[in-house]
Order: sequence, then structure tokens, then C-alpha cells
Amino acid sequence: MSSPTSTPGGRKRNRNDIPATRSIGSTSPPSQRRRGQDSSNADLPAMPTSPATDIASPTVHDTSLFSSPRRSVLPSEVDMSSPLMYGTPSSRVEGTPRSGARGTPARQRPDLGSVRKAPQVDLHSEPPSADGAVASEPSVGQKLVIWGTDVNVGTCKEKFQRFLQRFIDPTSNEDENAGLDLNEPLYMQKLEEISVVGEPVLNVNCGHVQSFDADLYRQLICYPQEVIPTFDMAVNELFFERFPDSILEHQIQVRPYNALKTRNMRSLNPEDIDQMITISGMVIRTSQLIPEMQEAFFQCQVCAFSTRVEVDRGRIAEPAVCRHCNTTHSLALIHNRSAFSDKQMIKVQESPDDMPAGQTPHTTVVYAHNDLVDKVQPGDRINITGIYRAVPMRENPRQSNVKSVYKTHIDAIHFRKTDEKRLHGLDEEADQKLFTEERVKTLKELAAKPDVYERLSSALAPSIYEHEDIKKGILLQLFGGTRKDFSQTGRGNFRAEVNILLCGDPGTSKSQLLQYVFNLVPRGQYTSGKGSSAVGLTAYVMKDPETKQLVLQTGALVLSDNGICCIDEFDKMSESTRSVLHEVMEQQTLSIAKAGIICQLNARTSVLAAANPVESQWNPKKTTIENIQLPHTLLSRFDLIFLMLDPQDEAYDRRLAHHLVSLYYQSEEQIEEELLDMAVLKDYIAYARTYINPRLNEEASQALIEAYVDMRKIGSGRGMVSAYPRQLESLIRLAEAHAKVRFSDKVETIDVEEAKRLHREALKQSATDPRTGFVDISILTTGMSATARKRKEEVAQALKKMIQSKGKTPAMKYQQLFDDLRGQSEAAITKDMFEEALRALADEDYLTVTGKTVRLL
Amino acid sequence: MPSSNDWINNPLGVVEEMFVQSNSNPEWEAKVLEYFKGKLKEKQAYSWIPSLNDVPLHYLKPNSLVKFRCLVQDMFDPEFYMGVYETIDPSTKAKVLRFGKYKDVTECGVDLNSRNTVTAERQTFYCVPIPGETLWEAFLNHSHTYARSSQARVVPSTSYIPSRQKRSYEEDDEMDTQPQKQREPHTGGSPQLHANGDSKRQETEAPSGQTTSPSNASSPLDLNFPLPGERGPACLVKVYEDLDSFKLNDMLEVYGILSVNPLLSVLSSLLDPTESMETPEEQRAHDPPASLVPRLHMLHARPLQHNNPLLCMFIYVVSSFMVEMASVRAEFLAYLTHILLGDGLAAEYLLLHLISSVYARRDVLPLGKFTLNLSGCPPNSSFTESLHQVIQELVPCTYRLSMTLHNMNSLRLVPRKDYVANRLVSGALQLARNTSLVLDETRLEQGQLDASGVQNITALGNLISWQKVDYDFNYHQMEFPCNINVFVTSEGRSLLPSDCQVPLQPQVTPPNLEEYLSTVHKAQLTSQINKFRVYLSVAQTLDYSISDEVTKAVEDDFVDMRKDDPQSVSAEDLHRMLVVARLLSLSLGQTSLSREGWMRAKHIDMLRRTRSQPQTTVNGNEP
Repeated sequence: MSSPTSTPGGRKRNRNDIPATRSIGSTSPPSQRRRGQDSSNADLPAMPTSPATDIASPTVHDTSLFSSPRRSVLPSEVDMSSPLMYGTPSSRVEGTPRSGARGTPARQRPDLGSVRKAPQVDLHSEPPSADGAVASEPSVGQKLVIWGTDVNVGTCKEKFQRFLQRFIDPTSNEDENAGLDLNEPLYMQKLEEISVVGEPVLNVNCGHVQSFDADLYRQLICYPQEVIPTFDMAVNELFFERFPDSILEHQIQVRPYNALKTRNMRSLNPEDIDQMITISGMVIRTSQLIPEMQEAFFQCQVCAFSTRVEVDRGRIAEPAVCRHCNTTHSLALIHNRSAFSDKQMIKVQESPDDMPAGQTPHTTVVYAHNDLVDKVQPGDRINITGIYRAVPMRENPRQSNVKSVYKTHIDAIHFRKTDEKRLHGLDEEADQKLFTEERVKTLKELAAKPDVYERLSSALAPSIYEHEDIKKGILLQLFGGTRKDFSQTGRGNFRAEVNILLCGDPGTSKSQLLQYVFNLVPRGQYTSGKGSSAVGLTAYVMKDPETKQLVLQTGALVLSDNGICCIDEFDKMSESTRSVLHEVMEQQTLSIAKAGIICQLNARTSVLAAANPVESQWNPKKTTIENIQLPHTLLSRFDLIFLMLDPQDEAYDRRLAHHLVSLYYQSEEQIEEELLDMAVLKDYIAYARTYINPRLNEEASQALIEAYVDMRKIGSGRGMVSAYPRQLESLIRLAEAHAKVRFSDKVETIDVEEAKRLHREALKQSATDPRTGFVDISILTTGMSATARKRKEEVAQALKKMIQSKGKTPAMKYQQLFDDLRGQSEAAITKDMFEEALRALADEDYLTVTGKTVRLL
Repeated sequence: MPSSNDWINNPLGVVEEMFVQSNSNPEWEAKVLEYFKGKLKEKQAYSWIPSLNDVPLHYLKPNSLVKFRCLVQDMFDPEFYMGVYETIDPSTKAKVLRFGKYKDVTECGVDLNSRNTVTAERQTFYCVPIPGETLWEAFLNHSHTYARSSQARVVPSTSYIPSRQKRSYEEDDEMDTQPQKQREPHTGGSPQLHANGDSKRQETEAPSGQTTSPSNASSPLDLNFPLPGERGPACLVKVYEDLDSFKLNDMLEVYGILSVNPLLSVLSSLLDPTESMETPEEQRAHDPPASLVPRLHMLHARPLQHNNPLLCMFIYVVSSFMVEMASVRAEFLAYLTHILLGDGLAAEYLLLHLISSVYARRDVLPLGKFTLNLSGCPPNSSFTESLHQVIQELVPCTYRLSMTLHNMNSLRLVPRKDYVANRLVSGALQLARNTSLVLDETRLEQGQLDASGVQNITALGNLISWQKVDYDFNYHQMEFPCNINVFVTSEGRSLLPSDCQVPLQPQVTPPNLEEYLSTVHKAQLTSQINKFRVYLSVAQTLDYSISDEVTKAVEDDFVDMRKDDPQSVSAEDLHRMLVVARLLSLSLGQTSLSREGWMRAKHIDMLRRTRSQPQTTVNGNEP
């Protein structure tokens, strides 16, 4: 804009032709100019003076003129003063040397509302009366504001340029700014990027604008239709001044995002009309591409005179009379020569997290224009920045009444997908859950309390009685460990998620606990082992019936990425389903190779599973593996395995009874007084997960090493291995999670102590060999305790000895052999053990069993 | 009462008057609300206003005040409308301020560019009559309101006899799929009127099979009733105030201005289809013809705790009824015992089940639910049907779901969001609070459940265990808490979870079951049945507490029980016994637990357990 090349002569001519600075946005439909109560039509042709000129001070502009004389052309160059007119096509300024800005075609911005008429028409014809609002005096020295606003184009542009040149955000952690020097002006670097990459779009964070110049921000929010073109102008000037040689497809467009005005679809109200808003939601439907006519080309059938008619309030008015030959109804539309722009309707639904309980989600219509078309797909979670519009039902010539309802939509300026990272990136999620300062303060206060760990764990599922350690385990699971990246060393990612298995008697409120957790975490999924298939858990490929496009549908595990996947009735899961969990629970990814789609999805999910014992009641005489009949390969992937058993002890019963009875008669308020609010707990967890990344300190590492060595030592005395590196990893994760609970950035010894304790407790419950009473980790890692293995061998040897002692008998009766062995042995020998021994001997090729006879080989 | 009834016959006139008086002071809106609220408080007001439930739409005067007893089935997006606008008279150019509130269509000659236009926000709820509303209820409501509401009708006709007649008992042989199927009245007024009424009604009937997929929903208008075979007027209720206080599935009695302006349909058809942002399906769902789905502009809404008309209309006063509780209970129990073939214990449990209701939730756990599984029902007989008919006579809302394999595979139980039409397609589990849902498992045969069948069974399981239904929003599910009394009849133990299972032990074996039941049923006088109805509603809404002393006793008792036999008594059992004790006390009209009450609860629970002992097979699953 405001290219220095425009000659003074042209200036004068222009001034003579067109009396005054034309205001921007004057052609915008009246409906779109409605602002709450002040719904006056801004651009009624009849309006003689604009109120804005009343407040205009003649002096202000002068100063700005002096400070930048270049811009003095602005008020006079009539069309130029309209921000929408930047980048006039070069045809207009014939003969003048082209600057970069001149050479680059402007691109219409239907997202900002109406599109202006081609400048040629303006120049050679009388200003159309629709141009409306006119500054009262065409004098150069007056401060001009855009009609109906308090925006002065010059000041606004200057401010924005200053913003671009000076804004520095050293604390920026946005992923888009990766690779940029944070101590240099941020947006200048971005402009440089544009010159290199050639993508003429500049995304501007409104937060930055706000912190730089609150007034500018306010104008941007309130009059986006006017201010954004001004920004465009400013950017292009700056850009082509700096990179005069760059060639862009079209001029740079400014796309503000992150307008903090409105976050929630539900809070949109009539006051937001025509303002810039940012809302979040989920795309539920996108339409086909709609070519929208921007400018119609008519040709007279009689004299071949052609004329262009611009779309006005969504309509093209067909000229009734040919201006050239005065024939009526002779003009025909020539489609090929009309100008169209792309448009797409997108339906966005409120995201489930924003919704009050018991109501249905709201939806909003969004129109995407030009290159924003097809940027989003149904199912995407996005943040949209755009201008909120309300259009009244059109008046119909045949109908005098109209429906009194407005149609509302949002003209999208900027999309930002919120879940993109979740599926593809590996870095910390951009889960921008915003906490108010007071909230952070309460959370920090809570964290400072010495008993925060106990408090939180007791706030977890208060309706479930006791099981303190289990709740603590789940609490740590909710917080999770610190994510570490060892990909450089080839180890890949270290799992940060804690997996927990609950097993125990039926009716010990396992399902309830799962339900609670599922309701607590934002990205929880709840499935039942019985009802889910491998496909339902992972992902499947579907053919869209309409587009014939293959679509990857994600299952529970992928959906609960960064959340918790609660799997009930884990034991009832089919073998094939369980097998997919192997990858998920250690590598945290899911590999899909189906129907030509090969990919690896992230499934950084914690698994909280519940399993019932096979024999309906937990058999204390059996090991965990025997009780729940799950493969040890899977069990060893659980950090903590808890037994939920009926303790059967009087004191416990009494407390339980008291707890239950009070559950039934205490009023809602009493309960709330006693316990932490679920919402606080939610926020606490979310805050810790996002902001706290504890690291081990020296002491803690030492403590961990010691703990591990101790664990190894316990077993070694009896020839058993009682700990594997996996257990050490578990300990680290638990310790980190505990540090997170304390909002501490360092893992300290107390964290390790608690991790050790919890781990020991869980092991005590699940890995105790019922025969010896010792904790034996090999039960979980190999499926059989060391003593059991030893005993199996002993029986086999005894049997062999017995057969040998019988001498040359090539064949024996099965039953008799069993009876003999039982008679001989001092310990009770079950049929199972006998059969196992036979199998062992058969493996040695010592004998074969055929039906009821045993033959020696 | 000519002048005093202006507010019923011409409420818009009243609003207009206030609007003009206010001189564009926005306070007029509050004044209007105040005025109508005050009017509705008057003792007889309730019965003066005609009800959309009972009076066919074409008998109601447009723009009159009507009431509608309904369930919020869907909530559409909020819409902006012209709250105040200016019209220009084409001849005189005089500008007049007008209000758009409570109206669908503006007056002639709107000045779209006026600066006096005020944009305001309102929301539309799609409301359907309360699903599963039993006929006695509709009938009673009708008989109490209809007689006095004639002045609002267009034709002051006395020949109209409500076609929603109370069904006589014998007529119910094929009510399996269409429990609410309406019958042609055998006796009636002028046949012409009826033909008229029926043709109207046929259009509004929901497709009974629910097999209509959204694609062919275009042919007959799918009014989206939760239950198959329902009929009645669906209504688009425009809500202006307190948008947040309404929730999906709320039972409301809406008082509002009826708008059936035919212009509405004309206006929407005039719209250029390419211009419109909506798909044709969406338009059908959101802008159905006003003659089929009237618009109702809400002036006042009364949330309903229960929809028992006997209580609503102050025919019975709760406080005086309390005295009778115990005696009514005895009569009621005797009646149920007869119905359940002489099984007193099962009758007792059924009674407790009928008065149960979720009264609170502790995190995820709903308290107070009492799902009853009556096992040992004779298979292949009409016993369960007859049982349901009895329940139908007692509770305000009920639905019997015959769990045949076909039904399970084909029915849509869970409501689903249809994004094309942008509406919530209802399912059979979208029910009002305290609806009695009878699941007939005796109809289940062996066979293959397909994917939707499994989903349906899961949904039923979730409903029973957590009293919630996960509505399917395609990209995610959304949990809606509910409060539905589920009663499962089965041959053996039900495959669905239940709070309590009672095997039926018939004491009498009548040769002809149906005949026996109908005689028992007929023996009851209407007055007595009415008493039972009130009894159930009253018992359901009573408050309840446990004193510290009794708490202590219960705790001790539990510890002792565990001492004797730790295997047989678990926390689960204590949960159940506490619910039983609560319901027992309430059934006797006692609002706090006494020691005796607890003992009694323990006693009947023990009886029940000894009875079901032989039936408990080894099953590793959670109860």
C-alpha cells in the first residue's frame, strides 16, 4: 500500500474525482453491521455525516503525516484509504514502476465480509451512492476514522507495524515459533520465513497484540472487518519494503488467532455479532466445496457491452437496462468470466468438556473461504478464530412478513487443530487447559500441605471404602511419570504411564473404581473385556460409503492417548485382543497394517484393568497367575498389581458398615464439606500433568539403586530372582508421579520411599508364593514360582525312580502308577502334579502316555 | 369470565399492551412474566387452560395460551431473533415499534435497517409427550381439564369425545409392540369429526418399527418419539428465559402461546435451497410444518417431579394421606400378592421396587435404585404381559420391552445424534424420571446377537448398574444420568445385572392364568386403584433419614453377621439391605429408619436369599 510511486498528479486527480475519503466496510450489508443494541445501519446512503467525523480531530493526523510523510498519500488516494483496497492491480497505475507490493495481486478476503468492487469501476465512474459514509471534509489534515468505529487507518497501521517490528516474547513456548530466536522481534522473523517459504499468510497471536497495545487489540476484536485489512496493508508495506524482490502468490494476509474474547460456544450472545471471537469445538460435518460468485459478468446480447456486478449482501442484482444501448433485459450472465471464490460450510459442535451436564451440545455453522477450505475434517478438534455474523431472514418480495430469526454463522479467519499433536507428534501435548490465577493459587496451596498425598487419595472415589493403597496407586497413575526421550540412544521412548491391574473377588467395587477414574480424567475410555474386540481397542479401517475414501477409525486405546483406558473384565478378553495390549503397554504405540494403511499411532495410555479370579472366588492357595489365568508376559507389564480381597476382620467390617450407612443418609452438602471437590481434583491433576516435570536428584537416584539392589538380594538367597529392570523402571515412574503430586520439580528420597512402599505392598499382595509365603517376582515374570518349579522336578524324579525300581515292565496302568506314587510319597500328590510329572518325563523321551497306559521307551 | 380470560384467549394482546405501555423500556419483559406467573397461581387457572396433550391441535385457537405436559427430547441451537423491531407503513411511512418476542413471524414492512432493532436470544426445545404415559393418567388429566377448557377452542363443539379413551381391559391382546396403541372409540360423537381427527393423528404417529433410517425419514415426518408406537403432538417450545435451568429429559408442564402460523411453512419453503445453510433433512427436523408440530412460546414452565395427576390436582393431599399409608400398603400388598399368584414375598419386593427412586449420587454411584429381577416367571405365557398391564394401571409412565432377539438386534435403545439432520434421534431408553421399564427376558430365545444387539444389552446393563445412558454422539459418547425403575422378568437368573433377584414361587396354579389375572384385576375398584396410584407417588417422594442410634445398631449387626458367616455377607449385601430398609420404611410412611424396620429388612432379605439359594449357580461374574 501507499506505495511511494503514486504521483502527486494522480493524487490531485483523484481528489477531484472523488470527493472524500471513503470509509471502509461501507458496502458491508447492514445486517452485518449490527452491534448489539446499536444496530443502526452504518452505511445508509442517506446519512449525511458520520458520527465518527464529529470526534475526529484535525491535528492528530497531521502529526502522523510528519512522522511518516510517505503516508501522506493515503487520505487523498481515495481508494487507498480503504484498507480493502490495498494492492491495487497494476493495470491501474500504468506507467509507474512496479514495486513488489504493486506487482503482487491482492487476494479477496471473503472471510472479512463483502468484497469491494473492482477499483477500475471506482475510478472511471462516479462513486456509487452505496459508498455512503463520507468524511465531511475531504481535507488532508483531518483525522479520519472508519465510519461507525474509532479506527483511524493510519494510526492503526502504524501501530501494527510497530508491533511487528518490536514485539518480542522471550517466554514463548508455542510450537510454531520453534526455531525462531526468541529475543529478536518475533514477527519480523516470521516475515522472513514468508519470504523464504513463500506462503503469504501471517498468523498473529492476539495475545501478543494485547500485551503490546491493548487499544489496538480492542479495535481488532471489535472491528475486525475494518482492522484486519489495515493490518494486511501494514504487513505488505513492511514486507515489500524489506524483501522487495520476493515473489508471492498474492499479498500477505494477516490471520489473527487466539482472541480471548469468547472461548465457549455456549457463551456466544448477540453482543458478539460482528466481533472477532475464538471458540473451540469439534468438526462434525463439512460440506462440499461451494463456488461462490464474487462478481458477475454480464454481457448485452444486443450490443455486446459487458458489465460487472459485484455480489451485494449475497445477491447479484441483474442490471435491467444495458447502459450502452439502453435495451431492457438484454444482459446475460457469462459464467466463465464471472469471478468465484471457494467456500465451505463446516459444522462445529461444542467440545464435550465445555458442556454443562444434562444438556445437548450446541452446534455452530462456520464458513471457510479460499485456502481454508478443506483444512479440517469431521472429527477434528479445532480452535476457530473468526467473525461472528448474524443474517436476518431475507425479505422476500412476494412476502411481506419475515421470520424474525437471524441465521448465525462464523466466517473463519484461522483454524487451529488442537488434536493434531496428539496423534502424530511425540512432544508434550499442547493441551492448553487454562487455569485462572486464583485456581493456580488454590492448587498450589493445596500442594503445599504436608498431607496432600493422603488428602488426594482419600478424595478419590470416596464412596469406595478403604483400599487406601489401591487408591494411592491409582492416584499416582493419574499423575504419571515424567516423559523421557531416549531415542538418540536407540532405546526409544521410556514409558511414563503407570499401568495397574486390580484383581479380586467379585463385588469388591472394582468396576466402581474404574467408573470413577473414567469419569475423572478428560481422556478416559471405559471398555469391558467381554465386549471389546481387538479392533475396537486399537483402530480399524473403514471405507466411507460416500467418498469411497478409506478412513482410519480409532479405538479405545488410541482415543485414550494421554489418558487412562479402563478395561473391566480383563480376564474375559479374548487372546487376540489381549495380544495388542503388549505393544501398547510397553512401547506405547499401536501399529496398524490394514487395507493399505500402514501406520503407527501413539497410544500413550495408562491401562487400569480389573480382572476376576477364574473360580469366582479368589483362591488364596493359588498364585495370582493361577487365579486369574492371564499370561505372565502381560502381567509383567503392569507396574502395580493389587488384590482387592475381602479382608474379613471385625474392625474393618465395622468401619465399612459405618462408611456405607453414612453414605446412605448423609446429605450432599455434608459429604462435600468433608472431601475435596472432584473438580479441584481434576484441575490438580491436569495442572500437575501439564506443568510439573520432576527429575531425579542425586539422593533419589542413590535411593533407587539401593532399593533395586535390595529387591534383587531378597530373592537371591533362595535362588530366586525377585526383581528385574522392569521393576526398577516402575519404581522410577512411581517416584516421579509422587513428586508430581507434591508439585515438586525434583524427585526426592521421600518419593522413592513411597514408591518403594507401594510397590512392595502391591508385590506382597500379588506375588507372594502361597506355598512358601515369600514374595517371588518370578510368579509374575515367568508364571510360576521358583519353588513350584522345583517341586515339579522333584515329583518327576520320584516318579522316574519308582518306575525304574519296578524293573522291566514296558507298560503300566496309569491309575495304578498314580496310586503307587501317592503311596510312596510323603507329600500329598495331586493328579495334576502327577500328570505334570508324566509330561516332564515324556519330554525327556523316557516314556509315552497313550490313553490309560504308560509305556517306557 | 370474558374479560378475565383475555390472558388465555389472547395472551399476545396482553403482552402488546404491556409493551406499548413500557415505552421501549426493556422492563416490559419481566413484567409480562410476572403477570402470567401471577395469573397461573390462581387456584382454578390450571384447569382453565386447555392442554395440548388432550385437545387435538385443530380444536385449539392459534395464539391462545395452552399448556403442554412434555419431555424435553432435544435441545436445538440457540437462535437470535428480533426482539424489538420497527415497521414502516408503506403508505404513511409511519414507523411503529413492535416486539418479536413470543412470535415466529414479524409484522409487515419490517425496517431491517432500523437502529431500534434489538437482537435477542432464545432457544428451541423439541418436546414430546412424556413417553410411556399410561392411559389412566392421560384420561384423568383429560377429564379434569377438558370440560372446562372449551372456551379456547375454535369450534365450541360438545360432540368431541376424546379419542384417548381409557382402554378396557379385554382389548389388550396385541399390545405387545404398541402398548399405547390408540383405539377407535366405539361410541363417539359425529363421525365426521372423528375422521377428521384421525387423519390428523395418523400423520403424527411415530413409525412403530423404528426401522426408518434417517435417509427415508423424509416420507412421513418422523416425530422422533422415544418409544415405538407413541403418538401425540410433538412441539417446538421456544424458551426465552433461564435457558440453563432446563435439561434434556426434563419433564415439564409448559404454559405458552400456541403458534401454528401457516406462514411458517410457506416462509421456509420459499427459501432458496442453495442459500440455506441447512440440509433438507435438517430443515425437516427443525422446521416441520406448524400444522403437525406446533410452536409454543413459553411463558412459564413448571418442572414436574412426577406426573401423577391425582397428586398434581390436589385431589389427594399428601399430609392427610400419610395417615393412611400403612393401611393402603396392606391392601396394596394383598392385591399384588394375588397378582403374583399368591407369592407374598415377591409381592413385597415388587412393592418396594415400585416406590424406589434414585435420590442421590455419590460420585458415580447412584443411591436408591432398586432393580428387581423376578425369576421363575412361567415362559411362553402371557403372565409377564398381564403383569405389565397391572403396572400400567398403577404408575404414571411405563414401557415394556420385550427382549426378543429380533428386538434386541433391531431396536434402537440409545439415542443417537444424527448430524445430517442435526438432531438427537431418540431411543427407547430416553425416558422420563421414574418411568417403570419392564424388561421381559422370558421372550429371549437362543441365537446370535449382532453388534447393535450387544450394544443394546450393554446399554441396558449400564442403565441398571449406574442409572445412566451413554448417548451416542458419533464422535464421542455423552453420559446422561437417568432415574428409571427397571424390572426384569425372566425364567432363570437374568443375564442382566440386578440389585435383587426374587424367584417367583406361585402358591396357586390357576388353570387359566389370564382369566385368573383379569378377575383379580377387575375385582379392584377404581377408587382403590386410585389410592394405590397416589400411594406409590407419595412414597416415592418422601424424605428419609437414619438416626445415629440406628446407624450404630446397623453397624453392629453387620459386624455380627460377618462374624457368623463372612462368605455370605459382603459389602454388596449391606448396600442392598440398606436400600431395602429404606424402601420398607418409606412404604410404611416412616421417614426414618427404626430398629424394627432394619430387622424387617434383614428378615425379608434372608427369606429371599434362602429362596434363591438353589438357583445360584457357579458364576464367576459380578452380580
